Amino acid sequence: MNAFVGMPSFPKASSKSVSDAQLRHNLRKATHTIRAKRALVVDEQPDWAALRSAGAAIKDRTLRHLDVYLERLEEAVTAAGGTVHWAADAAEANRIVTGLVKATGETEVVKVKSMATQEIDLNSALEAEGITAYETDLAELIVQLGDDWPSHILVPAIHRNRAEIREIFLSKMAAWGRPAPADLKDDPRALADAARLHLRERFLSARVGISGANFAVAETGTLVVLESEGNGRMCLTLPETLISVVGIEKIVPTWQDLEVFMQLLPRSSTGERMNPYTSMWTGATEGQTFHLVLLDNGRTSVLADEVGRQALRCIRCSACLNVCPVYERAGGHAYGSVYPGPIGAILTPQLKGMAGPLEESLPYASTLCGACYDVCPVAINIPEVLLDLRSKVVTRGHHGQRLAMGAARRVLDSPRWLAVAQNSAGRLRHWTPRRLPGPLSAWSDTRDVPRPPKESFRQWWATR
Amino acid sequence: MRVALFITCVNDTLFPGTGKAVVRLLERLGCTVDFPAEQSCCGQMHFNTGYRDDAKPLASRFVSTFSGYEAVVVPSGSCAAMVREWYPSLGISPPGGVFELTEFLVDVLGVTDVGAYFPHTVTYHPTCHSLRSLKVGSRPLDLLSEVRGLTLVPLGGAEECCGFGGTFSLKNPAVSAAMCSDKVRSVLDTGAEVLCAADNSCLMHIGGALSRQRTGVRVMHLAEILAATEGDT
Ligand code: SF4
Repeated sequence: MNAFVGMPSFPKASSKSVSDAQLRHNLRKATHTIRAKRALVVDEQPDWAALRSAGAAIKDRTLRHLDVYLERLEEAVTAAGGTVHWAADAAEANRIVTGLVKATGETEVVKVKSMATQEIDLNSALEAEGITAYETDLAELIVQLGDDWPSHILVPAIHRNRAEIREIFLSKMAAWGRPAPADLKDDPRALADAARLHLRERFLSARVGISGANFAVAETGTLVVLESEGNGRMCLTLPETLISVVGIEKIVPTWQDLEVFMQLLPRSSTGERMNPYTSMWTGATEGQTFHLVLLDNGRTSVLADEVGRQALRCIRCSACLNVCPVYERAGGHAYGSVYPGPIGAILTPQLKGMAGPLEESLPYASTLCGACYDVCPVAINIPEVLLDLRSKVVTRGHHGQRLAMGAARRVLDSPRWLAVAQNSAGRLRHWTPRRLPGPLSAWSDTRDVPRPPKESFRQWWATR
Repeated sequence: MRVALFITCVNDTLFPGTGKAVVRLLERLGCTVDFPAEQSCCGQMHFNTGYRDDAKPLASRFVSTFSGYEAVVVPSGSCAAMVREWYPSLGISPPGGVFELTEFLVDVLGVTDVGAYFPHTVTYHPTCHSLRSLKVGSRPLDLLSEVRGLTLVPLGGAEECCGFGGTFSLKNPAVSAAMCSDKVRSVLDTGAEVLCAADNSCLMHIGGALSRQRTGVRVMHLAEILAATEGDT
């Protein structure tokens, strides 16, 4: 079952995580470290602003002619010996992938870290058919062993610290394969070594690999995966069957276009100048079978929205998460989706619709401080999309709030009524409660409410 | 120079001292200040909460009130940003010449030394809209560093949002309070007597927490510091 089904609204979920001191400490430390690294390597790139607008422009142009490029990609992949499948939604994608795995007769698959397969909760679908999926990305492995959910796009186990990871390895690794050494220390090196030994056995026995892709180049049908551990490359090359699940917005027309993103992505995501492991493959290699599953799952409806469609430019670098002060306190799980942080706040409601309490609270999970827009390498104006989504939320219900807003507007739209309201506030100032009533009380729990002055500026000006 | 003052509804109602300081400061610098009484609110609260239809008449009121003026001064980064950045998305074109206070002082009047005297230790919080929407840059710091008697101390994590965000602090009180408490800690770490910013909404939020915790640190709008002279102390 999808871990994120039936999530409470963002304010509810986040008020729980805010009080977890360990979580806040882990998150603060991790996000501030990556944030500083990113700032350093972005600042040393003299043409960053130009690269950023080039990235945005390429994505926009591609999205405008998505149909053309998708067909071109299909043709190229097919010509190179691969098979292309089209999946309208998560259920269809899961059906296609499980069918393909079952046809191989295998009951185990190795996975390259992939947001698309997380989004459709492929692992659960495979499990239901008796197929075990092994995550091979270190952070994803930690999440899987810990029976946990990812809480960050790039570092799914960002909410965990070293001591917690050691615990998870010691208690859970044995159930999934090679156990962790009994004298395991909690320094990064020892933890990575334990994971390497555990995973190596997996790679050598696996006959089916499942991946996503960061980019799909339409002109040649080439898929591209960027990662920093090399584990992904093992999954991509060793198995006999490779199945890649890729969102339709991941397409770039040409290799020349790809070059722009190869500069933008590593600097924005891990703060590296160049990506450590970049794997590219075109169709099927000799002795191997390759399947590409192109996933819509709500993307074409996002594309139809004039303001919201810019979210499809996203290259999942996670820079916006690392600078977001709300994400830093609330943690990734509060966003109730595999896409947390600012991008999650605009993507999830668009992909899933805004009928649920979580989805309609997400556009409000931001102070509109604009830090996300500033760092986004493809210039997604996240505040603009949030504001647009908010205007859509309020058209559906929220009677109490609408009444209050309407009343406030009528007072503010009349300087005479505004003056009347100010006069009475001034006269009643000594009765202003230090603690606010009802839903406003949470504010005044930690802050003193300002007392209205004797006279407003307007009154003072009139007597001047 | 003749300037119109857009005081903002929050300043008008809760912080008239800021408005008086702006008037005093601008008049000292040789401006003639007009306060068109037809003004009220820029519509930001409604717009930011999603109520565009309610924001529209307020935006139209702003435009009709201020379009005749050469310069409109706004002592609030977020209201100035609302007018300049977001009115177009309501289908309303903002009048030209709308300046946030520090932009007006530095760019239009061309002064950084406004003749102020304020013998206290001050730290400055840049506020998100001044910093990112308006990009006022170092203007406020340039103004503060010319104030005689004033010791300016840097604020750690200055560029981080304080967690106010208008109705955000009501809709997500837990996260907002957590952000605010981190901001308060940074302020206390500076050892400053006064926290200064160019937006009273953020100051109300941080100041409310500073006061609740009985820290003794005061919050002041930048205009109030710039308006202060020897005679005041
Ligand atoms: S929205 Fe922008 S910053 Fe955030 S993950 Fe996507 S590309 Fe990166």
